[in-house]
Amino acid sequence: MTTMTLGDAGLEAALRDLRVAAPPAVGFGALVDAGLADRYAPIETPLGQAFVAWNGRGVSWIGRADDGAAFEARFRADVGRDIAAADEVPERLGRAIGRRIAGNRRVRIKLDLRGHTTFEVAVWMKALEIPHGEVRPYGWIAAEIGKPKAVRAVGTALAHNPVPLVVPCHRVVRSDGMIGQYSMGGPDAKRRVLSSEGLDTRWLEEEAAAGHRFTGSDTTHIVCNPTCRDARRVTPQHRVTFPSLVAASSAGYRPCLHCRPVSLAA
Amino acid sequence: MDTDVALAKRLAKDLDAAFPVLVDAHQDRLYTIALRLLGDRRDAEEVAQDALVRAFRAMRGYQRERVAALRLRPWLASIAVNLARNRRRRAEDRQPPNQLEPMLDTGFDLPADLRSGPERRADRRETQRELAEALLRLTPAVRTAIVLRHVDGLSVAETAEALGRPEGTIKAQVHRGLRELRITFETPALRPPTTPARARAARLLPALEAIR
Repeated sequence: MTTMTLGDAGLEAALRDLRVAAPPAVGFGALVDAGLADRYAPIETPLGQAFVAWNGRGVSWIGRADDGAAFEARFRADVGRDIAAADEVPERLGRAIGRRIAGNRRVRIKLDLRGHTTFEVAVWMKALEIPHGEVRPYGWIAAEIGKPKAVRAVGTALAHNPVPLVVPCHRVVRSDGMIGQYSMGGPDAKRRVLSSEGLDTRWLEEEAAAGHRFTGSDTTHIVCNPTCRDARRVTPQHRVTFPSLVAASSAGYRPCLHCRPVSLAA
Repeated sequence: MDTDVALAKRLAKDLDAAFPVLVDAHQDRLYTIALRLLGDRRDAEEVAQDALVRAFRAMRGYQRERVAALRLRPWLASIAVNLARNRRRRAEDRQPPNQLEPMLDTGFDLPADLRSGPERRADRRETQRELAEALLRLTPAVRTAIVLRHVDGLSVAETAEALGRPEGTIKAQVHRGLRELRITFETPALRPPTTPARARAARLLPALEAIR
């Protein structure tokens, strides 16, 4: 043991000497909690491995990339915040994302959608209402958010969805029923995600090509979007299809209250 | 001090842009305060990070004028001190204090200053370790006063502001703390024991001091 005698000045100097540098995780962690920086980690999705970024305000970004470095570079360029890899997605968040992708719409996932327009956010929140395994046309979203003429803008907003899969922009298809574009890797990726939800995309595209935009039941006289779960319960001998809502209406059919089909501009 | 006044004004003007500057400027001292109060690096990391986040959220809720007028050094210190106090109380609730071994985590396992020779370095680290342990044996009120006044280097007035105590109380607590720390170092027989087996005896030291 050392023997020492400390005078007042010596003791005060020794106390000052107890200052230490904070580990880097302290400052960066504070910035993440404040929503001024993000962390990211890989997640498993129906499209294989993707990356998810989050901060104290919620999930901020989901995307596919060849590796973490490529994801970071895109995040920095698009979002403009600092980002660092985490060992893994926090357990609760990872579980919630898994359940949301598996079709549980009620699981709560906080989203950090700062920097986006209220129109974009309205489009994404509406897409969240589309049930697992069903699709709606762009025009349906436009009508539902009270901007029936903004069909093209809806498409643009969906293409800019920062949190695909969690906000299911893949469930929105072209107004002619064709599958349409997808930011996570084009139409093929979109077909794969929809198939993982149990939707027969080949049937969907064949119906669209045949001009069957709406499906009705001749017993209830209710007309639906073709993928509405009510429409899919109709037995083949009672199923009727319509090229337009006007045609259905003049045949005495009323729109389904669940899927709320809307007239679509050609 | 001047840089803190300028920083408070920047925070009032654009909190998101200026907050990283605050983090850079204050993270080390908040971590040091928490480490010297709690003696555990993991706890200190969490307290320091939490203090910064709470400061951010508080400022987001304040009027601009209030943010601009903040005296950041004592204000941030008070947040860290309160969080450390809550954490210590929770730990004591889980485990009665008479079963707690003294905490020996002094935060110095990093390579020491390479400018000094190996012997001096070892001496210095031994002093730091013993002093950090001695701090943890002070009563919490005296410890916080010493840590803010002499480890962090706040003025008596700033320490009083951070702790919400009168300046006279701070002076008395600092005086008492320095005296107790000095005794620890000047009396080899009363030096802090470093093995858990001798730890319980150490808690009797203040009582022994009092009847001497």
